Amino acid sequence: MDKIQLGEFIKSLASDLEIKEGKQYLEVTVPPSMLYQLARQLREKEEAQFDFLFCLSGVDYGSDLGVVYHLRSTIYDHVVVLKTRTSDREHPQLDSVADIWLTANFHEREVFDLLGIKFKNHPDLRRLFLDNSWGFPLRKDYVDDINIVYK
Amino acid sequence: MEEKEIITTPDEEQEYVINMGPQHPSTHGVLRLLVSLKGEKVKSIQPHVGYIHSGIEKMCESITYPQIIHLTDRMDYISAHINNEAVCLNVEKALEIDIPDRIKVIRTIMSELTRLQSHQLWWACFGMDLGGLTCFFYGLRDREKILDIFEETCGGRMIVSYNCPGGLMYDIHPNFQKRVKDFIKYFRKILPEYDQLLTGNVIFHERSRGIGKLTKEDAISFGVTGPTGRASGFSCDVRKHEPYSAYDRVQFKEILHTEGDTFARYIARIDEMWESMNIIEQLIDNIPEGPFAVKMKPVIKLPEGEYYQRVETARGELGVYIISDGNKNPYRVKFRSPNFSNLSVLNHIASGFKIADLVAIGGSLDLIIPDIDR
Amino acid sequence: MLPDIVALTTSPSLSVPWWKVVYDFSSLTEWIDASLHNYMSPFWTTITEMLIIGVLILLFYAVIGLFLVYAERKVCAFMQNRLGPNRVGPFGIFQTIADLFKLLFKELIPIKNADGFLFNLAPFIVIIASFMAIAAIPFAKGLHAIDLNIGVLYVMAVSAMGVIGVLLAGWSSNNKYSLIGAMRSGAQIVSYELSVGLSIITIIILAGSMQLSVIVEAQRDGWFIFKGHIPAFIAFIVFLISSTAETNRGPFDLAEAESELTAGYHTEYSGIKFAFFFLAEYINMFIVASIAATVFLGGWMPFHVGHWVGFNYIMDFIPPFIWYIGKTFFVIFLMMWFKWTFPRLRIDQLLTLEWKYLLPINLVNVLIMAFIVLMGWHF
Repeated sequence: MDKIQLGEFIKSLASDLEIKEGKQYLEVTVPPSMLYQLARQLREKEEAQFDFLFCLSGVDYGSDLGVVYHLRSTIYDHVVVLKTRTSDREHPQLDSVADIWLTANFHEREVFDLLGIKFKNHPDLRRLFLDNSWGFPLRKDYVDDINIVYK
Repeated sequence: MEEKEIITTPDEEQEYVINMGPQHPSTHGVLRLLVSLKGEKVKSIQPHVGYIHSGIEKMCESITYPQIIHLTDRMDYISAHINNEAVCLNVEKALEIDIPDRIKVIRTIMSELTRLQSHQLWWACFGMDLGGLTCFFYGLRDREKILDIFEETCGGRMIVSYNCPGGLMYDIHPNFQKRVKDFIKYFRKILPEYDQLLTGNVIFHERSRGIGKLTKEDAISFGVTGPTGRASGFSCDVRKHEPYSAYDRVQFKEILHTEGDTFARYIARIDEMWESMNIIEQLIDNIPEGPFAVKMKPVIKLPEGEYYQRVETARGELGVYIISDGNKNPYRVKFRSPNFSNLSVLNHIASGFKIADLVAIGGSLDLIIPDIDR
Repeated sequence: MLPDIVALTTSPSLSVPWWKVVYDFSSLTEWIDASLHNYMSPFWTTITEMLIIGVLILLFYAVIGLFLVYAERKVCAFMQNRLGPNRVGPFGIFQTIADLFKLLFKELIPIKNADGFLFNLAPFIVIIASFMAIAAIPFAKGLHAIDLNIGVLYVMAVSAMGVIGVLLAGWSSNNKYSLIGAMRSGAQIVSYELSVGLSIITIIILAGSMQLSVIVEAQRDGWFIFKGHIPAFIAFIVFLISSTAETNRGPFDLAEAESELTAGYHTEYSGIKFAFFFLAEYINMFIVASIAATVFLGGWMPFHVGHWVGFNYIMDFIPPFIWYIGKTFFVIFLMMWFKWTFPRLRIDQLLTLEWKYLLPINLVNVLIMAFIVLMGWHF
């Protein structure tokens, strides 16, 4: 499937999607409530078979916190980028995809560690790099007077 | 008379837990593995990372694109050149710059040399992990020759920082082609020696065959890439699937094995060394003339948007994800490091084996800790 | 009162050549014994002799230990395309002495919650075990601290005591790695002791004695490795493998296994206590190599070929002590060779090798040897 067909196909899987043809990959923005369901369908549908989650990144968009999933199918070699965001900066919570792609286990822990996004149903959600007293350094409002030089 | 209470402890408390690392000879750095044992058998492994977490992703947000290059060196310091290339390619793609062939070819040769020296170092350390100390010296002896070539051209030996957005830092040294050719001639004779020392050894076969099996499905699900993934039959060579630089003009095989055990991972890397030499040989005589760098604006600003670039480092797929808001600093940089995903599979494949096997499996995954911690 | 060597050698009644007499240390030792008896009572003579022998063995022990460490570093460097120690003294021969001083002056770090008494006792047990074994080894004709009639049994029994020290060291260190190392070592040495014993028994059947001097003497007309047909050769190979395992050296150095257990049972030791373990390892290697040389390769007997009178005559010129040291170092070199070539085995493979391969081979081998001796087929 090329990008357009893939976009049509994904549109048929769930409502409320915002599909954009990016410069490189097809980008799909999903509301957090739909995320898990869509992810599972993308993994399991015969036509999609996105079995390789090659990048999972947490992003601080300023007002929102978001997670970007880069998915690839090793069978059809097509790529889709899933994006989801939540505006709750105090207690951000998203669904975990760790049971769909096992690699998400570590990646979600990293996102939790650095951005403070909690993942529901994650098997082992602990901080990965930093200790518990640390803030969430990848957030834009993170302040560290000692280690960061402000120009 | 008081009734004596029979104290029973749950299984978890009876576990014999040892800390492998952060200062342990076989974790190659400051990886800490919390290993619960039952006798010699490994029940489960919990990796604890972050001892050298340096916040490279956060740092990148406050520096310019040419500066990022120098941080990427420090991630996977054994394949520094390929990390540089990933960022450069991403910036060039975003700016839509045409890169002259000369740069592409030199980058490819340097990448393959980097891969070669990385695999040599891996072979050396893997032999040492299994107790064959002599391997270490053989591997490092040959690696030194590549580092000398690097030193002559790049000025640095390991942390080269030879790439910059728009090309290379400087032109290749006049001796470069001759020395690379000499090295390839030399190493083609030496590589069979590696096989004689380790590959054919009965003890080595006993120690590596059938140990730490990783199926193709698991490799894909865990995102295990590079020689480790390819040893399980997961075709994940970015050089083939999304060719960059000059990889589309050279002939080479993607090394695929199906066994997925430690031995397959070992053989996959040895075969990759042969393939790397093939690639270099195809290119070294045909370096086109031209400039070694494209004239760039003094301040590089990426247009607003998101850019993703994948390259194949010596350990797997490195992804650089840049979100730009149009400034001279990136808004967000994410490095999808191959070692991070490769580490996550360790518990899955090593539990149930013995401690000695854990060391062998850890060695065959070829983990570089700064790349995990970033 | 010197022994009248000239009279002995020129005496027509003795047809032995003069060098055989000079090389025979028993005349020297008997003379020392006799002259001591002249000055003191038998009790004090024994005490003085024991002291002299003790001091000599201690000296020998230190010299051999230092030399073996140097030799191993040079051999290992040779195997690995390196130069090895080359700064302290010519060819770095004083390097190990410098190392010794370093180890002597290093701090002895006390370990929290370690069992202090056993922790300090362990290195001594290890070193005493190797020390005692050296007493029964015949270095040359008459150069023998004690010639027990069960010499082989004694050496094996005493050198196996070292494992107690290793177990104690691992257990008392209060370190999990050390404990695993000690347990491995225990399992390993107990198993491989069998193979060592059985392979020696093969030769004892051939020699008909357990006395080391008799075993050596029986090889006057040919070393046992040649005399005993194929079974003796198999026994030699088995002995080489299992004695390497018994001394905890690579590829069987599972008790130390630096890439798995950091340093195994001696992880927590420092300074001179570590040096004891270190030295004991080398002396144990020397002891098993000398047993191999004595039992299989003719000890201090020179190399003779059938009826080549001229050749045999020249061989006789080389002093027996040189023969003995040469053979021992040949075996030591073999052991170093496989340490620096092979990767390490895993614990279950190690035990499989012993119980499933070496032991049955050995048992059959003993039977075959007994049959050969019974039928008188040996040379």
